[in-house]
Amino acid sequence: MTKFQLITKGLIKENPTFVLLLGMCPTLATTTSAINGMSMGLATMFVLVLSNMAISAVAKVIPDKVRIPAYIVIIATFVTLLQFVMQAYTPAIYETLGLFIPLIVVNCIVLGRAEAFANKNSVVDSACDGLGIGLGFTPSLTVLGLIREILGSGSAFGFKFIPGDGILCFVLAPGAFMVLGYLIVLFHKLTDKKNKQ
Amino acid sequence: MEYIIIIISAIFVNNILLAQFLGCCPFLGVSNKLSTAVGMSGAVCFVITLATLVTYLLQYYVLNPLGIGFLQTIAFILVIAALVQMVEIVLKKVSPALYQALGIFLPLITTNCAVLGVALIVVTKEFTFGGEPHMLNLGESVVYAFATSLGFGLAMILFAGLREQLALNKVPKSFKGIPIALITASILAMAFMGFSGLV
Repeated sequence: MTKFQLITKGLIKENPTFVLLLGMCPTLATTTSAINGMSMGLATMFVLVLSNMAISAVAKVIPDKVRIPAYIVIIATFVTLLQFVMQAYTPAIYETLGLFIPLIVVNCIVLGRAEAFANKNSVVDSACDGLGIGLGFTPSLTVLGLIREILGSGSAFGFKFIPGDGILCFVLAPGAFMVLGYLIVLFHKLTDKKNKQ
Repeated sequence: MEYIIIIISAIFVNNILLAQFLGCCPFLGVSNKLSTAVGMSGAVCFVITLATLVTYLLQYYVLNPLGIGFLQTIAFILVIAALVQMVEIVLKKVSPALYQALGIFLPLITTNCAVLGVALIVVTKEFTFGGEPHMLNLGESVVYAFATSLGFGLAMILFAGLREQLALNKVPKSFKGIPIALITASILAMAFMGFSGLV
């Protein structure tokens, strides 16, 4: 696979949210608005790229039996780093995303890429892979957040264009499940049509 | 009284799966069959309670006195991974029957965000009882963790029952599998919203 393919495969073919169905917890929990969804996607991408690079660099040194704990420690290190960076530069977003920043450690996407890709590929390829999956994850979360924000509070990226309260349900838990469900249906429908042609 | 509030709030009002979205991977992944859902809930219940006890002590008696509270994410995940491994070994020796029942679910639990999530919630979040903010003490933390895992089990078992029924029905092609499960979960979450304002 060329580097370009590595970067673009996450958008449609191996989209982590709609096709692989990985990382459901942050997907459902942090997409109350478009901005929150996008921040979560970017935060995950940051950890994904760095941990992929670090793991591919040290993979040969780590004994096979303890590789999973070792990967988790590497990922947790970058997550802690991310927490510091966000606390310093984007405290408001850090507050909103709250618990879900430290929980990137147990996001199956990150560990999944480490196990499936980073430990047997070069540092540059792993970085591209991390970037690609991150680029698939971020727009998915943004779209999900945008739809929930429009329906739930009548605004998009914080700009209010429908007066009134909106359908509160979509900002709360049921809306998350429902919008994600229908988006996956739509995604299946569109990709199926494309495959048939 | 506080204990009752914690229990009701953790099981129904702030249900970990349907209101806080922690542990969604097993919620969607292993909820096809009622029996596996029961097994998973049992394993999670066991590990969450134990992990919260250990990480609480770690935070207040090791990390905080040393001034390295910021390392909690790394420390907690290591403790949880080690604990899961230990639980597995002990169960194998002490109760082979239980090990058989929970066996395949135990390794999965390390990366279940409900475990790390609850461990982090009890040491970072302020709870309010009767208008006063209050950090949980050890007893309350363990009760909170246990009640949360009961809430996990409740949602998981209800959902698995629904999905078993759903499997017998005709579903449009694009909705098959996860999408219809998500929409079912949405309706279940709506039902649980009825409990909000209870405490």
